[in-house]
Amino acid sequence: MTVMTIEKDIGTHTMTITAEFDADIDRTWQLWADPRQLERWWGPPFYPATFVDHDLSVGSIVTYYMTGPEGDQPHGWWRITAVDPPNSLEIEDGFADEHGVANPDMPVTHMNVALTRRDGGGTRVAIRSTFASQEAMQQLIAMGMEEGLREAMGQMDAIVAQ
Amino acid sequence: MVVCERDGPPAIPAIDLVLRALADPTRRDIVKVVLHSEQSVSALARRYPMSFAAVQKHVAILATATVITKHRHGREQLVRANIDALRRANQVFDDLEEIWRGRVARMAEILTSPELGVLT
Repeated sequence: MTVMTIEKDIGTHTMTITAEFDADIDRTWQLWADPRQLERWWGPPFYPATFVDHDLSVGSIVTYYMTGPEGDQPHGWWRITAVDPPNSLEIEDGFADEHGVANPDMPVTHMNVALTRRDGGGTRVAIRSTFASQEAMQQLIAMGMEEGLREAMGQMDAIVAQ
Repeated sequence: MVVCERDGPPAIPAIDLVLRALADPTRRDIVKVVLHSEQSVSALARRYPMSFAAVQKHVAILATATVITKHRHGREQLVRANIDALRRANQVFDDLEEIWRGRVARMAEILTSPELGVLT
């Protein structure tokens, strides 16, 4: 059973997602540490992510791309700014061109991931995203909207099928 | 680039203006005050340790972003909040929330999948 809370603050342009999993902290850490597992959740099923370089050490650049239904492949990068397995991870997440070179005109999001052991077992994961600016947040949503729209359409299909 | 279709094409620049307007703490406070009750610009100006002109400027920025509306009542300029514009700003966060809800649901799926569970 996954419990999740989301806190949003327009004023400081941050969003914090907290999720609780039954799996222990080492197992949960693998969601980030194992690129094959990361690929299974970072992008939605119709926009899967492929991680190319994946080394979670400080200063390292992780590169990935996503593959859209039309064959389009937007590229992205992470810069690891802090890591303490299996407790925490801090990354900058940005966009890249088709060669994986960082695009300086696109917004960068700071992501802070904190894993803690829950009393009685399981793991709490808190992910705090800080957007560079309101405009950046806006741009990111415009790029990520596809998922929301698809989900909304899927729900509509389900209702129509009843 | 995929844009929010829900509110039609003009929604994106409008939201951008709204977010920019709400990035300032004084302007956020003004919105909070006029959400509760309509206020004159001069009554608002008395609330803050700044000049009338400075408060008037904040009100103008909020009005341009359509977060508030201004109308004349005798010699007074009255200000009230525009709830619809504020809802649109919230929509931006709702869209991001949807993306992360999808991610967390997939994380949970992986963690309970027996075939991946034995890898660790």
